[in-house]
Amino acid sequence: MGKIPKSEHNDRRELIHLLHDIQEKHGYIPPEAIFVIARKLRITESEIYGVLTFYKGFSLTPRGKHLVTICMGTACHVRGAPKILDEFIRRLNIEPGKTTEDKQFTLETVNCVGACALGPIAITDGKYQGQLKTMDVAKLVDGIRDGDAEGS
Amino acid sequence: MSKLNVSSLDSLRNKILKKRKKDKTIVTICGGTGCHAYGCMELAEAFKAEVRARKLTNRVEVRTTGCHGFCERGPIVVIQPQEIFYQRVKGSDIDEILDLTILQNKLVDRLLYVDSASGEKIVEEKNVPFYKLQKRIIFGNNGFIDPTDIEDYIALDGYRALAKVLEGMTPEDVIAEIENAGLRGRGGAGFPTGEKWEICRGYKADQKYIICNADEGDPGAYMDRSLLEGNPHSVIEGMIIGAYAIGATEGYIYVRMEYPLAVKNITQALEDARRMGLLGDSILGSKFSLDIHVFKGAGAFVSGEETSLMASIEGRRAFPRQKPPFPAEQGLWGKPTNINNVETWANVPVILSKGAAWFGKIGTRKSKGTKIFSLVGKINNTGLVEVPMGMTLREIIFDIGGGIKDGKKFKAVQTGGPSGGCIPADMLDSPIDFDTLNKAGSMMGSGGMIVMDEDTCMVDVARYFLHFTQEESCGKCVPCRIGNRQLVDILTRITKGEGKAEDLKTLRSLASTIKSGSLCGLGQTAPNPVLTTMRYFEDEYIAHIEKQSCPALVCKDLIVYFIEPDKCVGCLLCIKSCPVDAISGERREVHVIDQELCIKCGACLDVCPAKVGAVSKYTGKKKTAVLKKSVKREKP
Repeated sequence: MGKIPKSEHNDRRELIHLLHDIQEKHGYIPPEAIFVIARKLRITESEIYGVLTFYKGFSLTPRGKHLVTICMGTACHVRGAPKILDEFIRRLNIEPGKTTEDKQFTLETVNCVGACALGPIAITDGKYQGQLKTMDVAKLVDGIRDGDAEGS
Repeated sequence: MSKLNVSSLDSLRNKILKKRKKDKTIVTICGGTGCHAYGCMELAEAFKAEVRARKLTNRVEVRTTGCHGFCERGPIVVIQPQEIFYQRVKGSDIDEILDLTILQNKLVDRLLYVDSASGEKIVEEKNVPFYKLQKRIIFGNNGFIDPTDIEDYIALDGYRALAKVLEGMTPEDVIAEIENAGLRGRGGAGFPTGEKWEICRGYKADQKYIICNADEGDPGAYMDRSLLEGNPHSVIEGMIIGAYAIGATEGYIYVRMEYPLAVKNITQALEDARRMGLLGDSILGSKFSLDIHVFKGAGAFVSGEETSLMASIEGRRAFPRQKPPFPAEQGLWGKPTNINNVETWANVPVILSKGAAWFGKIGTRKSKGTKIFSLVGKINNTGLVEVPMGMTLREIIFDIGGGIKDGKKFKAVQTGGPSGGCIPADMLDSPIDFDTLNKAGSMMGSGGMIVMDEDTCMVDVARYFLHFTQEESCGKCVPCRIGNRQLVDILTRITKGEGKAEDLKTLRSLASTIKSGSLCGLGQTAPNPVLTTMRYFEDEYIAHIEKQSCPALVCKDLIVYFIEPDKCVGCLLCIKSCPVDAISGERREVHVIDQELCIKCGACLDVCPAKVGAVSKYTGKKKTAVLKKSVKREKP
């Protein structure tokens, strides 16, 4: 991994900022980063591990090439989000939080993105896909795969 | 730019106002997250490019503003000063808007809002029923402000309240004004804000903190985000005034990581304020100094609880702790800390500039002012609405919200997020304030209002919320960690048709243990969704348990999809849509679902044309009958 970004203080209060920076840069927290942060902030590795596994925003495993996030907010729920999630699970053959074996897709859920007028929503690689129905899922997944095939 | 003081702020305001040509037409494009999802930024860029290409930059200005609230109709474009309201605007509409509206002062009819009740086309934003019944004292400026331009805020009397405070009010005066206004915390519990400040002011310490809680975690609530994104300076101004009143010199805004635009806009707003001398040392030339930092959350719902939030800022796990000592005495790093929610902070400058007496006239006897609700779910006009406290649910849902989607029947409205409850139809006429919602077994929460129709299963909703809280429980208190897990397990069993007669009793007793045995608000309120749904919709629980039937036809294990032979026209649509090839049949012949293969995804129901309506869902005895028939068909 690269250099750890500079920070204002060299103690615990920088921990979450640092973890954000590393997560953003690498898509996950590489194990070797924990050691470096521990030295820099003078806290133990186990404390860092405790904090980073507590928060959903940090991950210890790399994500796939494409990130699919399904909004599971209440408005999306009553508009049928569980059916959309089920279909993504079936199509990608992974549970939420996991990455496909070919490292192409990571499936995640989020508690609400606050774009409730568009529910149910999936966010594929940062793009909002609104008012989804079960049968749109296949199109989305195939669309991403085809896009890759064309690009290669 | 040099740092401002109280008098130069006024002259800057006059300069800005003078600079802005009165004859210029301003095209404002809503830049809220809802409209972002519809592609408003591309629209704004295309608009700007076209204005440049036509050499109209002298006459027309394109601005991206804060959220207008009417998410259902995005992307929203409002032409100022005429206030012409165009909805669902696409890139292909730009030419026509410029040709007709800007150059010839004519309307583009098809982009106007049509009132569903009267069928009339409405031109001005303020006359659209969705806006007409609101009272937008906090949220109203969003549509006029480019959140990345501090001059926009200053032009609309921004930071005038702060100048007034620093010029001639003591901290005690400020606290008295907030107390007299009767402002109560908008974060959920409704604690009187002035009293909170006074308690914190009373503690002597070398350092005090103020915090803005923008960890808006309730699913379905997004008004705080809209304020931070759309009018960040109103929150900052409120915080500076609050810090002055309690004697704090450092502040934090804790924003949820799921709100990247809010983080961006508030960070820039803080920088601008600092640059102009509205933050930092000797604010507006006074003796008062304060700086505010942004802290990005990391995806834990419990960090919305104040003691957890402070633990998170300190770089630890977001674990709540015992109160007392309350944060006002020992908060962040053990110092006196005052924490308020985004909307509460945004109310402060309004109260200081218009006065406690004016504010006190809005709302009910014990709940003053307005409240912003996010009206979502099975509702026609999804969006953010700001109404005076005391408005009835019926007015909010039917008059402003335009009623239920697809002409369905209203069943319940869920308020207060995972801590709240479901309010049934017979309470539609009760006025909404902190106390009536508590009495109904729910709570105000941060203001999410999720509307549910007859197709919503209340047991499933309870299971949904408990699944949520169980996942988000930090695990510190055993009743919350294990009790909520038990609640989910029982509810899941019930939704699968495996409920037992004694389940309702067990749910109630577990709920009361969790409520009394948990340290923080998350655990203390987690069983509310179960308790209120049992209180108002017990018949649905009984149907699931005793008859293995889901009356709303939601719970997968209790329903079957069935193609009505007398309605099916044999169009092949459902066969093509079925992801598991469970439907068979030829063109113009009745299609049949193989119940063994069906995964109940609902794709066939989605595609079957409405006028045909051949796909039905059945539960209970009818479901059994369908299953029996389908077995017979397989064995001729």
